[in-house]
Amino acid sequence: MKKTLSIVLSVLVMGIFSPASANTIKWSMPGDSLTLDPHAQNEGPTHMVSRQVYEGLVTPGINMEVLPQLAESWTTTADDTWIFNIRRGVTFHDGSSLTAGDVAFSINRAKTAPSDMVDLIKSVKSARAIDDHTVEVKTDGPNPILLNQLTQIFVMSEAWSKANGCEASYNWDAGETSYCASNANGTGPFEITFREQDVRTVFEKNNNWWGNHYTHNIDKIELLPIKNDATRVAALLSGEIDYTNVVPVQDIKRIDSSMGHAVKMTPQNRTIFFGMDQGSAELNSSNIKGKNPFADKRVRLAMYHALDMDAIKDKVMRGQSVPAGIITAPGVNGHTAARDKRMAYDPETSKRLLAEAGYPDGFEVTLDCPNDRYINDEAICVAAISMFAKIGVKVNLDAKTKSQHFSEVKEGDANGMTSDMYMLGWGVPTFDSHYVYSYLFESSGSWNKVNFSNARVDELVAAMGVETDLDKRNAMIAEAWDITQEDVTYLPLHHQVVNQASKSNVDVPIRMNNEPLFRFAKVN
Amino acid sequence: MFSYFFKRLFQAILVMIVVAFVSFSLFNFVGDPVISLTGEDSSVERQAEVREAIGLNDPVYVQFSRFLGNVIQGDFGISYQLKREVSDLIAERMPATLELVFVSALLAIIVGVILGVYTGIHRDSFVSNIILVVSLAGVSLPTFIIGIMLIYLFSVILGVLPSFGRGEVIDLGLWSTGFLTASGLKALILPSITLSLFQMTYVIRLVRAEMMEILQTDYIKFAKARGIKKNTVNYKHALKNGLIPVITITGINIGTLIAFSIITETVFQWPGMGLLFINAVYFVDIPIMSAYMIMVAFIFVMINFIVDITYYFIDPRIRIKDEMS
Repeated sequence: MKKTLSIVLSVLVMGIFSPASANTIKWSMPGDSLTLDPHAQNEGPTHMVSRQVYEGLVTPGINMEVLPQLAESWTTTADDTWIFNIRRGVTFHDGSSLTAGDVAFSINRAKTAPSDMVDLIKSVKSARAIDDHTVEVKTDGPNPILLNQLTQIFVMSEAWSKANGCEASYNWDAGETSYCASNANGTGPFEITFREQDVRTVFEKNNNWWGNHYTHNIDKIELLPIKNDATRVAALLSGEIDYTNVVPVQDIKRIDSSMGHAVKMTPQNRTIFFGMDQGSAELNSSNIKGKNPFADKRVRLAMYHALDMDAIKDKVMRGQSVPAGIITAPGVNGHTAARDKRMAYDPETSKRLLAEAGYPDGFEVTLDCPNDRYINDEAICVAAISMFAKIGVKVNLDAKTKSQHFSEVKEGDANGMTSDMYMLGWGVPTFDSHYVYSYLFESSGSWNKVNFSNARVDELVAAMGVETDLDKRNAMIAEAWDITQEDVTYLPLHHQVVNQASKSNVDVPIRMNNEPLFRFAKVN
Repeated sequence: MFSYFFKRLFQAILVMIVVAFVSFSLFNFVGDPVISLTGEDSSVERQAEVREAIGLNDPVYVQFSRFLGNVIQGDFGISYQLKREVSDLIAERMPATLELVFVSALLAIIVGVILGVYTGIHRDSFVSNIILVVSLAGVSLPTFIIGIMLIYLFSVILGVLPSFGRGEVIDLGLWSTGFLTASGLKALILPSITLSLFQMTYVIRLVRAEMMEILQTDYIKFAKARGIKKNTVNYKHALKNGLIPVITITGINIGTLIAFSIITETVFQWPGMGLLFINAVYFVDIPIMSAYMIMVAFIFVMINFIVDITYYFIDPRIRIKDEMS
């Protein structure tokens, strides 16, 4: 009854008070935000929604540069102490004013379990408000990428959170449901006025936003998730939605050729690659017993030269990929064009290297591949397998749904067998190589399932985590890449490409992490 | 009479317990919910924390009895991903699925019976053959292809029907309905056609076969010989008797419709239980998956139980057999 009444009332109000033409963008993507609680899920679509209504101390700009947001300025008074000066005149959507207390509360909430942001800011030891507009953050040692990490931490109102029972991000033990999961109260340019999960979320312009001198002319956004690719494209073509940031590659041409629509693209900060277990004594799925072919660098190099990524780009990705020579994307600190230049596709060299390494007849191995996580993941694996066959390496494909694939790669399958060769994609939200190193190359890296272990690399990773002199740090990063590229630890495939499609009069700037910022959008 | 009922009731309860056990086992055998919960780049300590918090470390029988106790009280736990009560989620989504299934079943029966009667009476006419061939498409084309084709025809090219969603929905407290708004009714058209097609085909062929058989029987011949009007013979006598198996099949098929609605709901972004279930599978959200299994099993079991009971009263042969034993 209440909902009917509010629908009727809002229709009436909108009829009386709305401007002659309210600029609305109907936005669609396959998934919906899982929760409106900005600390509860470190997940793509969830943060995309939070990014429109909540703000952080700092934020990534259109080109992923770190910009001040709720913090106007900051200084470091010691290696482990940061002072942030909080912007004045900022209010939450419920009208209350933003103070440093809210910032400190939010950082502490985000770094305490059961928040999902705990791992991201574990270097933060404490956050406290020195006065109403100053926050002191202490870290456990120098952290040169603290700002990058803080771009993912949103600020909530302490009073509102406590009043609504969500002082903690979620309480598993008590089994309670959270008010903050279905309601939002941020400082951002839009506020959420309607929320029905998987159906419709309505954002309306926050007329009291501190940044309203920005020129955006969006009055309303409606998020209408549509899971099925073909249906989403149909809805775009029929005019039922205005903008989508997930476009199936096979429909790009179709949308582009439609008179009233446009497609934009940009390389994504996610790279797809194969991992080869080089550390185990023997491969589980191979016919070679007593030794591990992947332990020999010549074999890994042979596998690299066997891949024709231009053919895959052309036939499998329909042009929507950027063949890679390094497993991190342009824009990430440590990436250079020279490093990203791929070695030649050269099956003859592959065969020669295999023979030299003692495998003139090749060998067998199983490739583990997800089939619903990355763009055309299974199709890429199938194509790669036929390429490996040409050099004599018989690869068997084991493709499965992402939840099974990742748990098997991380922990081994039901019998405890680890993966010999697997596909993985790695995005870098902090735009710094340290993120890649700590997970994929460090001996104890939680996603280093190729069992790569190099003492010098471990030293470098530890050092780059705390080095504040940028030149010294970049030199460490460069040295680490020298070692690992030489080692051919992983087989880089390509950087994914982000595609967005919209009506021709709707202009949403495209960004590398595929996160739309509607405060920079325009409806013409 | 009571022994018949109790036997059926006992069987129903047994089935539910087995289903409950299977859906409980999901918790141990399907993917790893911990990584789904904490993300790929979470630390080992964090994962161990979460594993303990959701009770994955207790022995199996403890977990199962806890599970059974909760389910009986209607508590299906809290969704791992959405962090809301699963029973709330199901209650929210059920009206959408049930309305879709109801309209599809109605469509399948009405159109199926009409066309079945027509093709039964005019066995070899040209129109009958067209109907039979086209109805084959309903069974052989996968549901999602039919759905996408309808979307492209009616939404993209003609622009007359919506391609996704339920339209405007009126909230009546416990139930949200799309029947009372124009956009809600328009949104129902394509998904219900898509979902009803395969059942429609079965009904057409079933009614056709029944009609053809009944029209050969003696009592029909005598009725015709007596001079009773053709329409009366066909509809009042033949069809009425031919409908009994249709009722049984339809009752059972409603369960199948609910199962197939997963695909239709995914194609049309219909916010029902099927879409909820599919999303839960992607995220390994086991509370939702197991709750869905139990709900669907419950609906199947209940419908079959009702059909069995109704049959007891409709078909005298069952009553006699029961009384004799």
